[in-house]
Amino acid sequence: MIALLIRDLRLAFRAGGGFGLGLAFFLILVVLVPFSVGPQSALLSSIAPGVLWLGALLACLLSLDRLLALDFEDGTLDVLATAPLPLEAALAVKGLAHWITTGLPLVLAAPFLGVLLNLPPEGFVWLVVSLLLGTPALSMIGAFGAALTVGIKRGGLLMSLLVLPLYVPTLIFGAEAARRGAVGMAVDTPLLLLAGISLGSVALLPFAAAAALRMTIR
Amino acid sequence: MGLRLTHVAVARGGVPVLSGVSFSLADGKALILRGPNGSGKTTLLRTIAGLQPALSGHIEGAADTVAYAGHADGLKAMLTVAENLTFWAAVYGHHDIEPALKAYTLGPLRDRLTGTLSAGQKRRAGLARLMVTGRPIWVLDEPTVSLDADAVGLFANAVRNHLGAGGMALLATHIDLGLSDALVLDVTPLRAQASEMHGASDEAFL
Repeated sequence: MIALLIRDLRLAFRAGGGFGLGLAFFLILVVLVPFSVGPQSALLSSIAPGVLWLGALLACLLSLDRLLALDFEDGTLDVLATAPLPLEAALAVKGLAHWITTGLPLVLAAPFLGVLLNLPPEGFVWLVVSLLLGTPALSMIGAFGAALTVGIKRGGLLMSLLVLPLYVPTLIFGAEAARRGAVGMAVDTPLLLLAGISLGSVALLPFAAAAALRMTIR
Repeated sequence: MGLRLTHVAVARGGVPVLSGVSFSLADGKALILRGPNGSGKTTLLRTIAGLQPALSGHIEGAADTVAYAGHADGLKAMLTVAENLTFWAAVYGHHDIEPALKAYTLGPLRDRLTGTLSAGQKRRAGLARLMVTGRPIWVLDEPTVSLDADAVGLFANAVRNHLGAGGMALLATHIDLGLSDALVLDVTPLRAQASEMHGASDEAFL
């Protein structure tokens, strides 16, 4: 399992590996929002948590296409499916690798980009906490979507359509936690629900993804 | 030990391609599958490897004993030959990749990125992957594609050594590897009849 994680991370950081793709998209989106909204700092600071969460979600979605497609094309998935490592564990590890290369950089970049959107000072902590709790769910739901569509040529569109509704609860509770944090309200309820979604996804979706993958590779 | 198939029928895309496949393979033996393109060799090998379920019949001895090599090599272009082999060895719980590098004379290529190798060199690295799995049954689908005569010789030697150590090999190939005591199974007469086509869909959601 550790070998698979190291390999995936190494591939992501090598040339053409796709590390930074999501981060660059997130950066571009958030930098452009103040230009399109205009110089209204009160409006910006009230939409900041929502924009940051939406940007993080779309950046995650953008990189899902590569999560399994490359391994499918070069035959790695066939070999992994016959290897002693259970496919469930392999997919959990691939979800984790996706989170480390995409989700974690977004979490770390979000407070700096929050400055651009005039996020109130008390909101920074809760923005980071909500992203930290929510992005694992985005990666694992994405791994499930990728497993469902990996056998289809140009399956990216179908995957986005399948994954987006599943992302909605995470987005609602994540953005709500960040918004409440920014205006100084209690954040316990949305944060607990967000943590619940993440834990549930990490616990259950590897099994669903492995079942979907077994159907697509046969 | 050994591999035994009894009256196995396999399907591809919902269409049965072979039926009534029965054979057994003892330790140290090789079986070569022959048959024209599209006769179901790949489908049979994928079924034995456990990548798809058989329509009917029994396969014994294939669980956790098969190392499968299909048309694609399962190598990453952006990793070196040694990194690729070390990864697969670790997945199968082994560490030593030197015998595999030596058997396919990959020593000079070990630190080259796999993406920069020629097709034949890549194929050799893909076949070396079988040696690091430590699995007794090698299931090989057209293993000699894009190999030159020398590399075919290396491959035949590796298979012979594997058989000599008590392993088994199941190959779909069109060329003569010089494996003198290998069994040969021609799958042409085993083609599934049209009457068996009904109710054979393997679609997951139908």
